[in-house]
Amino acid sequence: MDILYFAWVRERIGLPRERVETGAETVAQLVEELRGREPRYEAAFADLSALRVALDQELADFDAPLSGVREVAFFPPMTGG
Amino acid sequence: MRVVVQQEPFDLGAEANAFAEADTGMGAIVTFTGVVRDLARGDLDVMEIEHYPGMTEKALGKIAAEAKERWSLGDVLVIHRYGRLAPGDRIMMVATAAPHRKDAFEAAEFLMDYLKSRAPFWKKEITRDGADWVAARDEDEAALTRW
Repeated sequence: MDILYFAWVRERIGLPRERVETGAETVAQLVEELRGREPRYEAAFADLSALRVALDQELADFDAPLSGVREVAFFPPMTGG
Repeated sequence: MRVVVQQEPFDLGAEANAFAEADTGMGAIVTFTGVVRDLARGDLDVMEIEHYPGMTEKALGKIAAEAKERWSLGDVLVIHRYGRLAPGDRIMMVATAAPHRKDAFEAAEFLMDYLKSRAPFWKKEITRDGADWVAARDEDEAALTRW
């Protein structure tokens, strides 16, 4: 699946998007997998309360299932307007 | 209903006029315009606005459609910019048209409250000394509960 990062999440990880093969069943499992990769991921995902997630461009919860999802996006709380 | 996400500036007067003239059945037009505010120190060089292409249009469309469902409205317009803006630049506007003013005012406030916390935009303030992401405010999240 494609994983997208925005704002300071993108800056901490150093990528706007990447393709990941994963067996994770939920967003939380995917986050755990990413955190274990490298310190920059650990830094980006250290505090989940500061993060939001969208699945196929719809806001979702961290316990949401990933089956059938093609695009996951992680970002800080939005500041539009 | 028109939702526009663009990098270029928009012409507030022309947009408001065209919107107001589109339907003679509407007795009330409310417009709101968001402007890049300088920092208290007066040293903001650039406000950089990032967004999530695809999701942004969907989220704004959904918010506008919900406003049309909840209030008696003629039309809704949302324009939101992204990219590099300077203090004084207009970031975004919403306009609502309704037969009566209460619907137009309330729907515009609803649009703004949702757009602040549910449309995927992120602002970064850049000064000579560095750059900071604008943090979401608890009040903005709390504002949603009144709807």
